[in-house]
Amino acid sequence: MNFILILTIGLSVFVMWRLMNIVQLTSRLSGENEEEEQNRDNKVNGILLMAFMVIGLLLVVYMTVRYSEFMLPKAATEHGEETDLLLWWNFGVIGIVFFITQIALFYFGYKYRFNKSRRAFFYHENHKLEIWWTVIPTIVLAALIVTGLNSWNKMTQSDHDDGMKIQVYSYQFAFIARYAGPDNVLGKSSYLLISDTNPLGIDYDDPAAADDIMTRGNEMRLPVGIPIDMDCNSRDVIHSVYFPHLRTQMNAVPGMTTNFYFKPTITTAEMREIEQDENFDYVLLCNKVCGVAHYTMNMKLVIDEPDDFRTWLKEQKPVMDGVETAENSEEESEPDEQMAAM
Amino acid sequence: MEVKQGVQVEHAAEHDAHDHEHHDTFWTKYVFSQDHKMISKQFLITAIIMAYMAMAMSMIFRLQLAWPGEAFPFLEKIIPNFAPDGILDPSAYLAFVTLHGTIMVFFVLTGGLSGTFSNLLIPLQVGARDMASGFLNMLSYWFFFASCTVMTISIYVEGGAASGGWTIYPPLSALPQAIPGSGMGMTLWLVSMALFIISALLGGINYVCTIINLRTKGMTLTRLPLTIWAFLITATLGILSFPVLLSAALLLIFDRSFGTSFYLSDIFIAGEPLAHSGGSPILFQHLFWFLGHPEVYIVLLPALGLASEVISVNARKPIFGYKAMVVSMLVIAFLSFIVWGHHMFITGMNPFLGSVFVFTTLLVAIPSAVKTFNYIATLWRANIQFTPQMLFGIGLVSFFISGGLTGIILGDSALDINLHDNYFVVAHFHIVMGASAIFGMFAGVYHWFPRMFGRMMNKKLGYAHFWLTVIAVYGVFFPMHFLGLAGVPRRYYANTAYKEFDALININELVTVMAMLGGIAQLIFLFNFVYSIFRGKASPQNPWKSNTLEWTAPVKHLHGNWPGRIPVIHRWPYDYSKPGAKDDYIPQTVPFTETPESNLPADEREAKFNEEIANARSDV
Repeated sequence: MNFILILTIGLSVFVMWRLMNIVQLTSRLSGENEEEEQNRDNKVNGILLMAFMVIGLLLVVYMTVRYSEFMLPKAATEHGEETDLLLWWNFGVIGIVFFITQIALFYFGYKYRFNKSRRAFFYHENHKLEIWWTVIPTIVLAALIVTGLNSWNKMTQSDHDDGMKIQVYSYQFAFIARYAGPDNVLGKSSYLLISDTNPLGIDYDDPAAADDIMTRGNEMRLPVGIPIDMDCNSRDVIHSVYFPHLRTQMNAVPGMTTNFYFKPTITTAEMREIEQDENFDYVLLCNKVCGVAHYTMNMKLVIDEPDDFRTWLKEQKPVMDGVETAENSEEESEPDEQMAAM
Repeated sequence: MEVKQGVQVEHAAEHDAHDHEHHDTFWTKYVFSQDHKMISKQFLITAIIMAYMAMAMSMIFRLQLAWPGEAFPFLEKIIPNFAPDGILDPSAYLAFVTLHGTIMVFFVLTGGLSGTFSNLLIPLQVGARDMASGFLNMLSYWFFFASCTVMTISIYVEGGAASGGWTIYPPLSALPQAIPGSGMGMTLWLVSMALFIISALLGGINYVCTIINLRTKGMTLTRLPLTIWAFLITATLGILSFPVLLSAALLLIFDRSFGTSFYLSDIFIAGEPLAHSGGSPILFQHLFWFLGHPEVYIVLLPALGLASEVISVNARKPIFGYKAMVVSMLVIAFLSFIVWGHHMFITGMNPFLGSVFVFTTLLVAIPSAVKTFNYIATLWRANIQFTPQMLFGIGLVSFFISGGLTGIILGDSALDINLHDNYFVVAHFHIVMGASAIFGMFAGVYHWFPRMFGRMMNKKLGYAHFWLTVIAVYGVFFPMHFLGLAGVPRRYYANTAYKEFDALININELVTVMAMLGGIAQLIFLFNFVYSIFRGKASPQNPWKSNTLEWTAPVKHLHGNWPGRIPVIHRWPYDYSKPGAKDDYIPQTVPFTETPESNLPADEREAKFNEEIANARSDV
């Protein structure tokens, strides 16, 4: 190890020494004929700019094709399909602008490199041109704003009443999903009621909590084709509930409830066929840095046919499972004291 | 100010007459200097040291991202506390990510860029003896230095440096129970940032005062070089937005140390509920991004200003659309205050408020497009000298386009849902504000190095530096778009948790290899920079045949900048390749009466104006 370190330092010193020689050599050369040298540099760099542009743009195209299989895995929600389409439109527009402007930039650089016998064109304003290239981007952007906001409004302002109510609860470093049950109302909860047996801090006295069901492993399920009305909560720091395939993301913020409304369209089984991967699974990732083990915070998501989903849900235990009433009152007295203390 | 300047004139003239140096000791000349030229060098060298530190951190965490869990024995040698057994520790990873961002954004691209070039160029380009207040200027540097020192020390305290990302969102940053870096490390982060904000405000107020009050005779606002416009707008943005960050930081300090609940509510952590109640973590985000977004332009505008000057000089052609450039910068600056919500689309904000931010955000693209077209039009039918700074200027425009365009996607709330906080964002902002701004800074260093140190940097090494860096930057950040579109979150220590990401590992390897290439290229720069300070070729008076005022001051630095009277300005700074003129440039100090062969009809009005001010203020 030490040997390698010494070798590295030795090599660095050697390289520095060589560089110094080059510098001295070139500065001596430039003293001889600075103008000629600059002309050569102009030519070489002009050609390099052109080469960089051509190779660069070819690589942009090549990599886009090469990695297209990873880009935007098939969207598995209704709004996801729409935003994907919108994204491709946007990419189309910015792609055109990208190619035109980059080509112009590098080509002009190459074409108009210095020539002693020529003068640059003294040309510094053209109001007509400037108006055009202000108005055209404005129109294009207006179109992008309108289409974008259209999707956004559709997604966020639709009627949430018909959705199946669920809660995704985040804490360092895991998720718990809670289903509202037949009444479709989540029971009240408070961080003051949290205990080992009651990780969500559910108020057992609230009748709405009686039929709530929560996940007890690292897997949650959703039915296909049924709108989901998802509340996100956190008990400690900010997390972000991110389903990449569902194009769904919402921060979970302690002290408030955030909401996202979406409709899954493809079951896990169907997605396995589409991806041609028997082991494919949807995933829920935490996408807001939340602590040292942030990168391990995730949950498996399975999207089932509604019937299969209902069967699975019945097998899950209600939130109050195993909780005796006497125990409840004991637990509650403690937080009350804390509240009084505050 | 008038009086003061008059006194300074006499002062400097007297020096010149007696031909004796200012009575400077080592301490007043190199350390507690009040001379703007020395302060600018102090800023530059401090920022370069910080930049290499932040770059080294990024290269170390890139190793982990490309080869997760693999041991690199040399890491154990150089940073045994952070990489036991040669594997970077997850908490050290987060600390490095946080400090890399903080140092690069604040110390390098704000302090380093504005501090260096505003200090160097404002007095020299507007024709002032020095800054409005040399003393405050000195304080500005020393607060900056203290801030850098505290941030560097924070790496070594118990629990490590702040680790919640450079945006330090509470509650993570407020609770030491949540992450070890939120203990002493976070306290020092906040102290350092408070010192930094003081430095930025002292500097900014000075810059604005100098530009407004100390311009030489004839230097009207429409004759200011675009660099000065950029610095003026940048300093104004800083003055308006940094105090908001300071208040955000102060409230966080209260929450952390004095039990208040500005940002905290309903928290259960480490097995117990906390007493905090009624605060909102989102409040912090609003305050933070009210600075945070203007900050993007505080970083970018000086770089664009420097590039405007460098491109025009080296293209031997006036910048296209001078007024449009100024107006664009003003519009961008104004809009930057009303777009901060686009960082918060998925925090649960009201969707209607979200749509307002979408609208204002996408409007930024219009002035940005105008600026881009102006740069390209400047190159059209130019006569381009490919000096290293010109290449960096062109590189800046290329990055500004590439990174700016992806901003259109991220500014669209519907599309942001899926891309928020993943590698697409990392790619976007590194290209548009990281690479663009650092390329502007490089262009500035190569261009004004002769003005700072009286010597030239080596061109050949400059070319090598440019080509390796531009390849490395695109090589690092272009592939990251694909990671983002695949849904890979940022700030993950390893992508091993979800097996669908395994297929992307070769993209991560490519990125890391390119990052190493970029690191090597910066060693070339470092060598060139240090070597040229001592052994570079002596600089001629006006090495780039430039029009602006700074090249009329003697190469050897003089207290007060010009011996005798400050030159008078007669024209705008962009008379390059004017038809009929003898040379392809006419400095700002040349009166129209001396250039009858190249005067245009429109110049008559300017000439008349010059006469008027010459008569009106002949007493100065």
